[in-house]
Amino acid sequence: MTQAAQDTIAPHKPGSSGVSNTPKKRSKILKALSSDTFWRGVVSLIGFVVFWEICSRMKQWTGVEVPWIGKVPPPTEVLEAWTEIFWLPGYWESWYLSTGRVFAGFIAAMLLGIPFGLCLAVNRYFHDIFFPPFEVLRPIPPLAWVPASIVFWPTTELSIAFVTFLGAFFTIVINVLGGAKSIDIRFLRAAQSMGASQWDLFRKIILPGTLPSIFTGAAVGMGITWEVVLAGEMISGGGQQGGGGLGFFIWSSYMGGTVAQVIVGMISIGIAGYLSSSLIRYLGSISMPWRRLF
Amino acid sequence: MNTQQTNQSNLPSDNKATLELRNISRTFGDEWEREEIIKDLSLTVNPSQLTVIVGPSGCGKSTLVNLIAGFDRPDAGEILLNSKKITDPGNDRMVVFQETALIPWQTTLENVVFGPNLRGDRTAEEVEAEANRLLDKVGLAEFKEKYPIQLSGGMQRRAELARAMINNPLVMIMDEPFRGLDAMSRELMQEFFVRLFEENQKTNLFVTSEIEEAIYLADRLIILSNRPTSVRSIIDIELPRPRDFHMLSSPEAYEYKREAMEILHEEAMKSFHREDNSSAAAE
Repeated sequence: MTQAAQDTIAPHKPGSSGVSNTPKKRSKILKALSSDTFWRGVVSLIGFVVFWEICSRMKQWTGVEVPWIGKVPPPTEVLEAWTEIFWLPGYWESWYLSTGRVFAGFIAAMLLGIPFGLCLAVNRYFHDIFFPPFEVLRPIPPLAWVPASIVFWPTTELSIAFVTFLGAFFTIVINVLGGAKSIDIRFLRAAQSMGASQWDLFRKIILPGTLPSIFTGAAVGMGITWEVVLAGEMISGGGQQGGGGLGFFIWSSYMGGTVAQVIVGMISIGIAGYLSSSLIRYLGSISMPWRRLF
Repeated sequence: MNTQQTNQSNLPSDNKATLELRNISRTFGDEWEREEIIKDLSLTVNPSQLTVIVGPSGCGKSTLVNLIAGFDRPDAGEILLNSKKITDPGNDRMVVFQETALIPWQTTLENVVFGPNLRGDRTAEEVEAEANRLLDKVGLAEFKEKYPIQLSGGMQRRAELARAMINNPLVMIMDEPFRGLDAMSRELMQEFFVRLFEENQKTNLFVTSEIEEAIYLADRLIILSNRPTSVRSIIDIELPRPRDFHMLSSPEAYEYKREAMEILHEEAMKSFHREDNSSAAAE
């Protein structure tokens, strides 16, 4: 089932990531509007959409089908499908459900992962005891946890949330651990010779020194949670059309045979993922003013 | 960590401190493979003097600095600051490291006030006033809200000097502080540093691998031997103070330089031979 789903997703990946660049102008409006980078992005997106449209319609116009892209409905049809479902509450409910699951799993992973990673970094005994089992569990792909998770948890919702949590947790822990370990010893020594206590070292040096890695881990973890949630939704399904999140939205569109709607779902995920990672980047830049200067 | 050590550093006569190293040894490695880095090293850093340590590269200068700073402990011997034994890091000894150790997530001002505010030995207003005075002195008043990454290499070293001075240490320890600066900034920093020393006359230990720098700055020049490191010889540099760069071209300075070079060359050759032997043994 998942294999089939991935097969239909794969060829269109450039579409979702390309389109997801558009919201950039909302975050840094004026500055962005006047930058070359912004206009290059706009031209590239328009070029991409035009290319897609031409390739999709080639068969209709000349009778010659362009491989792969020729099988995909053109952007105008996708847009049409989008305007149709745009007003349906089910579509937005899919957004709402997926976003809720992503953030539930993600926030839980941050809340547990950051302290866990820091403990691994600062305490040798803690590291010796908990790191080996952690390392054995870490390579297990989140989706391999699905059956076990369904057994562990009473509801489907909790099972999905748990799998989502796992997706982000391991990445966050590894990043926090690596970040805390790589803090330059000179900072610790400088602080120590100025009279810092263990608690001061933790609060003033280790924690802020780990922040960049925390945000890197969060950004990567956020990407993984979106992947995991959507796959989870495709597997677990939903009650009716649009009731099971964006993953189920795509799946049911595929089963219902409207490829244009599948692409709408994919682009929606692209936008959702982009908005989530923008949010993390924004939080990162306000909490680490010294990093904005690079 | 050692808040007890804090108070004594505020005594007025704190530029009269003596630092003594007695028969220090330090070995790294385990029972299978031991390497003796420092062996039976004794030296005294006289009060209100600028003592410069030079040695062939890789001779364990940084190991020595770590021992004096209290980041590491000797296997044998003791280190005494005003006859009191050193065991841990403390703000009675401030180290300015090779590359900048300014904390990247703190502004210049935050870096400077960091130590005193942690210890709470003065009120925040007093500390800030003192910090502003020091930043002004090192020429960074306009840059106090900048982060270290926004400062040039020379500015970073001056900020670090200010951060060390506000802690009012008994001894300042400079571990090749101007390494990595371009020639021009390096010269400016040496000049700035020598003025600073001549003004406050604080007991100072300066580690370097540059002979000219050493002679320009030093009251006493201590030349270390090759590994296992101990004191090879001591040269008293009797150039007049205040120092300026022209003195480096005087016959006396030339003589000091020749003497020091000769000894260092001898030590460096030993290290070459040792490497030859060990690589031969490895084959």
